[in-house]
Amino acid sequence: MATPPLLVVEDLKTHFFTRRGVTKAVDGVSFTLHAGETMALVGESGCGKSVTCLSLVRLVPEPAGRIVAGRVLLEGEDLLTKSPGEMRRVRGKKIAMVLQDPMTSLNPALTIGTQVSEVVRLHQKLRGAALRERVLSALRRLRISAADRRLVQYPHQFSGGMRQRVSSAIGLSCEPRLLIADEPTTSLDVTIQAQYLELLKEVQAAAGVAIILVTHDFGIVAAIADRVAVMYAGRIVEMGTTLEVFNNPSHPYTRSLLRCLPDAGLGRQKLVEIGGQPPDLSRLPAGCPFAPRCPERQAICLEQSPPTVSVGNGHLAECWATKPVSSPGSP
Amino acid sequence: MRVRSRELPWFAGAILIALVLTAVFAPYLAPQSPTEGDITQKLIPPFGMEGGEAGHPLGTDRFGRDVLSRVIYGSRISLIVSLLAIGLSGTFGTALGLISGYRGGLTDSLLMRCADIGLSLPTILIAVVLVAVSEPSFQNVVLVISFLLWPRFARQIRGETLAVKEQDFVALAVVAGRSSTWIISRHIFPNVVPTLLVISTLQVGYVILLEGTLSFLGVGVPPPNPAWGLMIAEGRGFLATAWWITLFPGLAMLLTVLAVNLMGDWLRDHLDPKLRQVGSRAEAEPATIEPVPEARPRGAAAGADGG
Repeated sequence: MATPPLLVVEDLKTHFFTRRGVTKAVDGVSFTLHAGETMALVGESGCGKSVTCLSLVRLVPEPAGRIVAGRVLLEGEDLLTKSPGEMRRVRGKKIAMVLQDPMTSLNPALTIGTQVSEVVRLHQKLRGAALRERVLSALRRLRISAADRRLVQYPHQFSGGMRQRVSSAIGLSCEPRLLIADEPTTSLDVTIQAQYLELLKEVQAAAGVAIILVTHDFGIVAAIADRVAVMYAGRIVEMGTTLEVFNNPSHPYTRSLLRCLPDAGLGRQKLVEIGGQPPDLSRLPAGCPFAPRCPERQAICLEQSPPTVSVGNGHLAECWATKPVSSPGSP
Repeated sequence: MRVRSRELPWFAGAILIALVLTAVFAPYLAPQSPTEGDITQKLIPPFGMEGGEAGHPLGTDRFGRDVLSRVIYGSRISLIVSLLAIGLSGTFGTALGLISGYRGGLTDSLLMRCADIGLSLPTILIAVVLVAVSEPSFQNVVLVISFLLWPRFARQIRGETLAVKEQDFVALAVVAGRSSTWIISRHIFPNVVPTLLVISTLQVGYVILLEGTLSFLGVGVPPPNPAWGLMIAEGRGFLATAWWITLFPGLAMLLTVLAVNLMGDWLRDHLDPKLRQVGSRAEAEPATIEPVPEARPRGAAAGADGG
């Protein structure tokens, strides 16, 4: 691609230092993201998706958690070397976040209008009527009906879906370059989920914001993501365009995950679970972390970490069993 | 568990209103001067008893001072001391509690150990020592009480802060590029205000008692100020012959503390959303009454969700 990527993450490692030892929550994650692109981060609970997101904005809970290595380049600037003051200017202006639980992502003690306008005022230096207009348009963009009447209401007067839209409106109101959405639809109804994702796509198309979407729902991935990164035990084990990953899953873990999904319209079918639990991140086994649960395990998997294999067109997988494809573009 | 009623405690409310009015309008209400007495009029029993006089409805003390007037003026001292002491220690304690809870780590440990030390001090002993080494004065009483009170605020507010700061809106405020000062004052403080109100109210009774104790021990507001505790102490020697000198200030103190505590309990139940839920459900009539009217506001808000 001609334009430089918006976000480059190189070998990011975030570890938690606890009494029980070092938990390698994120252990060497690398990816790039271009403006206007949506990347989905999928995987089971506890495989490092959320910690990856928190690391990007340097919100890892200290002092237990620490980013021990890696670089996070946003528009060419390394966020990990910034001072807290510089970091504060980057957050909000360039990066915004939407979190999982709309019930706690708004301050119950302040009105919606106050909460939206404070963020707008901080980053856009608007006052009076201009500020109000800007706040209203931010809310209307996320389809908050009767926005002017809603400004004086408190979060408890909103439904869950509306709150999620309000908190997205707050996030998007200062036109960030990157939106990190950590399971934004998990606590919403399925019908509201679809609406919300539709809306997110619209806003993204209009504003050209890049989205990192954390989810464990492949339906959402298929609906919205351009690319998918599958995480397991703190590493990205497979990454590629959504189409590629769905059509040609090249890591046994991805294949297992996809087998866990019911297919609509096929009648009764047997779903295959993945046996066992994700590994304890403080006691990772030697070799491939997925090996103990892997249906295609070989002797070498238990001994040595798997190589990163290219299966074409930027589609990567970390697995001994995957056959590399050298010629790019072939499925 | 017994469910507390959410009804405003009218009895307590009435007493508190009366108390505040009394304190504010003391010069107009008191029939006599609270500090100057006529020695020839000493130890007159309350009106209605043998030898009582209409001019001294609650009798006089050993200096011939009117007990009613002194009780009326005494309310001023009790109220002003508690307002000032709670204002001072509340401000100080809340600020430290917010910082301690939000910063965590070493700051938290140090501040909370200080609070622990403060809480472990024997209240009366320290109060007496502190006031005794300094000159007993109104100002010193307030300072000493504040000194003893701040850890209570600090601890409670810290606990509340710990709970509030884990909520997502705080993390989002950090992502939005807010400073710690801003987040504490704008996002955390408003959410601890209900707690702050409740602790403050519940402390009023304690402060009044503490002030009374100090006055009783002779290290409080110096005589001839008509502090209730002081009056009780002065009347102690005449308990057998002139009980009214002790009884009426004691009664005033009892009613005040009782009213304030009832009010504090009510406020706590009212401001705690979890208890509020329980209360409203318990108050609702049995199942024959349709729950629709109560559910409507919420349902309407969700229904108006146009998206």
